[in-house]
Amino acid sequence: MRIEVLGTGCRKCDNTATAIREAAEELGIEAEVEKVTDPSVIMQYQVMSTPAVAVDGKLQHSGSVPTKEAITSMLGG
Amino acid sequence: MLAIFTRLADWIVYTLMGFQEGTRLADSIHFFVEDTTKILVLLVVMIYVIALARASLNLEKVRHYIQHRHRVTGYFMGSGFGAITPFCSCSSIPLFLGFTSAGIPLGVTMAFLFTSPIINEVAVIMLWSLLGWQFTLVYVVIGVLVGVTGGMILDFLRGERWLQSFAAKAYQQAETAPQGEAEPAESGPKLTLSDRHEFAVAEVKEIVGRIWKWVIVGVALGSALHGFVPEGWFAENLGSGQWWSVPAAVFAGLPLYSNATAVIPVMESLIVKGLPVGTTLAFCMSTVAASFPEFIMLKQVMQYRLLGLIFVILLINFMIVGWVMNGVSPWLFSGA
Repeated sequence: MRIEVLGTGCRKCDNTATAIREAAEELGIEAEVEKVTDPSVIMQYQVMSTPAVAVDGKLQHSGSVPTKEAITSMLGG
Repeated sequence: MLAIFTRLADWIVYTLMGFQEGTRLADSIHFFVEDTTKILVLLVVMIYVIALARASLNLEKVRHYIQHRHRVTGYFMGSGFGAITPFCSCSSIPLFLGFTSAGIPLGVTMAFLFTSPIINEVAVIMLWSLLGWQFTLVYVVIGVLVGVTGGMILDFLRGERWLQSFAAKAYQQAETAPQGEAEPAESGPKLTLSDRHEFAVAEVKEIVGRIWKWVIVGVALGSALHGFVPEGWFAENLGSGQWWSVPAAVFAGLPLYSNATAVIPVMESLIVKGLPVGTTLAFCMSTVAASFPEFIMLKQVMQYRLLGLIFVILLINFMIVGWVMNGVSPWLFSGA
């Protein structure tokens, strides 16, 4: 699955990406985590508070670093 | 009630640490201990209470409230929500685009973004505890006015001409199809008290975790000023008689990039040492609200002309604040 972490580059966005990578590894899920900083892409997702997370092109979370449980459920684990 | 912190500082500095009362160093340390303990305790309590109240407020709702308002109401609402909405500056760009693509005028969005760094719960709590409610009230009114007038001028000059093209396109699309994507902001189930409690605890951890170091830095600077700058030095050298002290303060604040948390304790010391209120406010607003990192971020959605315009509007606004406040503060705060 393809996971996009949306955010214009603050520390919380880095934390989010790291947390997702770690969780995916733990669950043994093949996930490609990509950080998206391009504002026009973020706009297309209609996100107003970052960090936000989109999985396979669908927005799943916005406004905070997701908790571990939230990540697990996003990854379908 | 707050006297308890004075006594706590007395005890720590004079009794535990054994400093001689009345020396400069002891004065500075006393000031530091009193203010840091007072501010941190107040912050924890007040952020919790405020977060309980606003747990259900989010940017989607705010956008919904502001959308399709009459212009003038829009500026005040934009600025007002900028003051009360929890918002981190790293979200400025998505927020800007979210508002713009919903057809909210540039000036209203910028009223939100101008006021947001100046007024927030942390700033208000700190001002209240350090400088009293009259000053806090004046500060809040000025923060809103800076946002509202800034936004109005931008719209008057049709600043939206100088957005980056993708943002301009999104704005035009929303304008020509005004009903577009104005989905009501009903956000899920009603919050229970325990949801609110959880949210509030998370907010306290997040905010206090982020700003405690700024409190310490700010209070340390304030304490140093307090202990080592002679009484009345500012009044003699940078008093309100010297009109140029206001622009000088604005320009001195520019390269300093800080948040309100660190600046407010410094503000207190400057005022106590006789720097005129207007000059102090001009310096602080310039430090807090006009920051280069913020401008670099906004470059992603604005052309240089618009950035330049915003910059000039802010500078002029701060200078006007400085001069006007220097003029009226003797009446406003007489005896204080």
